Amino acid sequence: MHLDHTHDGSGAVSADARRPDGTRRALRIGLGGPVGSGKTATVAALCRTLRDRYALAVVTNDIYTREDADFLLREAVLPPERITAVETGACPHTAIRDDISANLEAVEDLEDRLGPLDLILVESGGDNLTATFSKGLVDTQIFVIDVSSGDDIPRKGGPGITTADLLVVNKTDLAPHVGADLTTMASDAARRRGDLPVAFTSLTGDDGVRPVADWVLERLTVWHHGTARPEPATATP
Amino acid sequence: MSRTALLVLAGGRFPAGDHAHSGGVEAAVAARAVHDSATLYAFCRGRLHTAGLTAAALAAAAAAGHDPLVLDEAADARTPAPALRATARKLGRQLLRAARAAWPCEALERLARDLPGGAHQPVVLGVAAHAAGLTASDAAHVAAFGHVAGPATAAVRLLGLDPFDATAVLARLCDDVDAVAHQAADAAGRVAGEGAGVLPAASSPLLDITAEQHAAWPMRLFAS
Repeated sequence: MHLDHTHDGSGAVSADARRPDGTRRALRIGLGGPVGSGKTATVAALCRTLRDRYALAVVTNDIYTREDADFLLREAVLPPERITAVETGACPHTAIRDDISANLEAVEDLEDRLGPLDLILVESGGDNLTATFSKGLVDTQIFVIDVSSGDDIPRKGGPGITTADLLVVNKTDLAPHVGADLTTMASDAARRRGDLPVAFTSLTGDDGVRPVADWVLERLTVWHHGTARPEPATATP
Repeated sequence: MSRTALLVLAGGRFPAGDHAHSGGVEAAVAARAVHDSATLYAFCRGRLHTAGLTAAALAAAAAAGHDPLVLDEAADARTPAPALRATARKLGRQLLRAARAAWPCEALERLARDLPGGAHQPVVLGVAAHAAGLTASDAAHVAAFGHVAGPATAAVRLLGLDPFDATAVLARLCDDVDAVAHQAADAAGRVAGEGAGVLPAASSPLLDITAEQHAAWPMRLFAS
C-alpha cells in the first residue's frame, strides 16, 4: 500500500503514513535475525541511547510469549506501558510477513494509548535467514547476525542478508575467539548487498550500538522531513 | 456471486490473525487430552458441534444482513468466558482489517466505526462474506470449517503430528462441517421472524474453563 495513501474511514488498514486523526504516525523499524544474534540487546541499547531525545516504544514477537519483552522490562530500558508483546503461534516469521494483523494492532495501539511517538521498534522472534518484515508493517528494517554463528553467513545470503536496509554484524569482540574473519564477512556482505550499508557492533563496549543508532537517527530525520512535526515529540519519562 | 471469493475468505493464508490461535488445542495438548490424530479428531468434532455451531449461526445471520450490533450482543451472551470474548473481539478486529482491504464497502466501514473495540469474529465474518458477495450458507461454512482447521494446524505445530494425518482428520470431518453449516444457516433464516434468540447457544464448558486457564499461562506458543 502506498505510504501516503489515506483512508476516509476509521482506523488505518495497513502501513498508512497518517493516523486516523490525520497526524503522521511514528517511524516503524523492524529488527530481525537468527536466535541469539543480539536483537533484543540491540533494541535495549537503542532505547537507552535514544529515549532521552525521542518518544519510543517497542513491540516484541516472542516465540514463547513475553520472554524478550520481560528482558526489556527487567533491564528497564523503557517504562512498561511502552513495551508490547505479540504472540506468534509458533511462527514468528508469519507474524511479521504473511499475516501482520496482530503486529499492526500492537503498533497502532501503542500510538493510540501513548500519544504521538517518534519511533516504534518491532523486534521479530528469533528466526531463520529468510525471515523479513512486510512493507505493510515496517518502513525500514535491520537484520542482525553475529560473528559466532559462522563467518560464512553473509556469503550464504537469503532475503534478510541481501535486502535488509541495514545489516548488523554483532559480537565483533568474539571474532578472535571463534576464528571469524571480519574482513571476509565485510566483503561477502558487500557482494551480497551492493550499496546497502553494513554495521559492525560489539555491544559490550561503551556506546557499542552507536553505528546502528546513527543509522536510525538518519532514518528519523528523513521520516520527520516529510511531516509537519519536525521537532522530536516529547521525550520519554 | 463468485465461488472464488469463498476460497479467498476461507483460505488458510487469508491474513486475519488466526495463525496465532490454537482454538483451545494448546491447552488440550498440555492436558494430554489431544496427543494423536484420533484424539485430535474427537477434539475438533466436539468443538465443531458446540462453539462451531454457535459461531456459524452468528456468521450466517450477519451475512443475511441482520443488524451486526444485535448479533454482537447475541455473541457476547453466548460467550461466557472473558478470555474467549477478548479473543473473539481481537480476531474480529484483525479480520475486519483484512476484509476492508479485500472487499471495501460501507457496511465494513460502519462496523469499524460502530464497534471500534472490535465485533465478535463470527459477526465480522458474516458482514465480510456479504461484502464479498457470498451467501449466509457460505459464511456458515467458513465459520464452521475455521473451528476445526485452526486446531488441526496448531496440533501439527504442537505435537509434530504428521501433516497428512491432520489433513485426513479435516477430510473426515467434511460431512459434519456441512451438517453444522446447514443447521446454522437454517437458524439464521428464522432470525427475521423470531429474533436473534433463535440462534443456537451451544457451548463447551471445558473449552471455556481451559481458555481461562490458558490465558493465564506465563509461557505459551499460541495466543488462545
